[in-house]
Amino acid sequence: MAIKKIGLQTVKFQNPPSIISTYTIVGPKEGEGPLKDYFDYILEDDVWGQASFEKAEAKIQEETIKAAITNGNLTNQDIDYLLAGDLLNQIISSTYTARQLSIPYYGLYGACSTMTESLSLGAMLIDGGFADKVVCATSSHFSSAERQFRFPLEYGSQRNFSAQWTVTGAGATILSSTGDGPYITYATTGKIVDKGIKDATNMGAAMAPAAIDTLITHFNDTGFSPNDYDLIISGDLGRVGKAIVLDLMKKEGYDLSNLFTDCGVEIFDSEKQDTHAGGSGCACAAVVFNGYIYKEMKKGNFKRVLLMATGALHSTIINQQGESIPGIAHAITIDINKD
Amino acid sequence: MEFVRAFIVGGLICVVGQIILDHTKLTPAHILVSFLTAGVVLGGIGLYEPLVRFGGAGATVPIIGFGYALAQGAIEGAKANGVIGAFAGGITSTAGGIAAAIIFGYIMSLVFKPKTKN
Amino acid sequence: MENMTNKEYQQYAEKKIPKPTYFKNMLMAFLVGGIICTIGQLIRNWLFNSGLDEKAVAGGTSIILVFIGALLTGLGVYDKIGKIGGAGAAIPITGFSNAIVSPAMEHRTEGLIFGVASKMFIIAGPVLVYGVSSSVIVGILYLLLTKGR
Repeated sequence: MAIKKIGLQTVKFQNPPSIISTYTIVGPKEGEGPLKDYFDYILEDDVWGQASFEKAEAKIQEETIKAAITNGNLTNQDIDYLLAGDLLNQIISSTYTARQLSIPYYGLYGACSTMTESLSLGAMLIDGGFADKVVCATSSHFSSAERQFRFPLEYGSQRNFSAQWTVTGAGATILSSTGDGPYITYATTGKIVDKGIKDATNMGAAMAPAAIDTLITHFNDTGFSPNDYDLIISGDLGRVGKAIVLDLMKKEGYDLSNLFTDCGVEIFDSEKQDTHAGGSGCACAAVVFNGYIYKEMKKGNFKRVLLMATGALHSTIINQQGESIPGIAHAITIDINKD
Repeated sequence: MEFVRAFIVGGLICVVGQIILDHTKLTPAHILVSFLTAGVVLGGIGLYEPLVRFGGAGATVPIIGFGYALAQGAIEGAKANGVIGAFAGGITSTAGGIAAAIIFGYIMSLVFKPKTKN
Repeated sequence: MENMTNKEYQQYAEKKIPKPTYFKNMLMAFLVGGIICTIGQLIRNWLFNSGLDEKAVAGGTSIILVFIGALLTGLGVYDKIGKIGGAGAAIPITGFSNAIVSPAMEHRTEGLIFGVASKMFIIAGPVLVYGVSSSVIVGILYLLLTKGR
């Protein structure tokens, strides 16, 4: 009997897991952005002494997870599960990180929705009595993502204004069955929504329908309204996606104007840093949540947040075969109180 | 002044490409292939010749000019060696540029590393 | 959201995309493309004055421009030129060179055979395929059309 399930797609946790430790590492560009003071470690360059961008991303994720564990006064042996994913084929950044850590590991692919996907599943493992401590982590890297999804770095292409900038970095959260909060109290699992956008330079528009679908489902399932939250923040809809969500949610009867923003919009100063529609990548939601939002919640500036990372689940091959870009959005409620 | 003509002709060809890029969903790859093929066709029927005489490098440096050179080469090859020349002529006339791209590409990959954009 | 068909959503989303800076893009394409072609003209003149014939001048100009494009790509400059110049950097033969050199550099990490050499044509391949193929067709058509004479 699915006693903890409410509505269509939401789980209400009986013993909400607590976040007990976080850590973020970001690249130089993120370290010059508006949120720079919230990140734990800023790299001097995005290679970190490694022989390739892929290996650098793995190192970033590994060091982030290790630091989160240390910050929580724990050792690798204390962790029951590692849930991690990234953008690269076969999620190699996460795999090669897990290889170094010897923690039981489930690899995830949610593209840029991986942070909330991992937190949802981690919370379920703990609330379900399957684990006491879970590490949820994800990473992305501008150069390794460009290589896989777009063009070589030295290629002279022009980016249009809906294009987004993949965040270089990693974020890790340690969830525990005991702790003082903030707590994960609800998780709404997204469905894939595809409205036929084929343009890979306009991910915001591709993912917005999934974000809208998850938001409305969350409000219907839980009975909450937007004003029950201090902040509703999406992963990487960017400026274009954010504008679409605000507009269409309003048409559905939900006014999110003063509550809603997007990690991709917040992480870069689009004027000074020339990032067009904003940041993207798995690390976007991960570093903004584990850095900025978590720290602000600990200070008491946000009491209840709805974090909704959004993912674009296509591949270049299927896109070249004429398929459109499917989107997904997973939302979790983070509350300084357990109830 | 041949430099002014080269500047203007070359610049205008690029502007046409930019307009297509900004107003349609076509990508740079589409534009390069279509400009190139247009150059082959125009070169083949002799319509590109006047632009080359007028614009000099402004007509030969853009990728349409590459197509024009391919067409010229193919026709000359066909004249000289029939079918075999038709096959060999185009690529022969542009072989220098292609060989250069290949070997310089290789060398640059040995000497330089790609740098992250900021 | 449910009442919006896919087509309606796509049209709606299209309107939300910020428009390109049309005039600035055209101007920069004109300037960058024009400058590259003028440099090409300088090279042509220099080669002519060195006593070479038309064929050698054409070949030599291509080789030199390809080298310049390759070097600027290696130095990490051509991508900046491309960002500013758009089509003005992509359409001249230096753009062709950039399209070959950039993936070659990028894939060095996978080695010289499977990386550099295999992936070199991943962007410029269509140029060679369509260019050479259409030239063969032109050559054959020429033969067919002049056969009677």
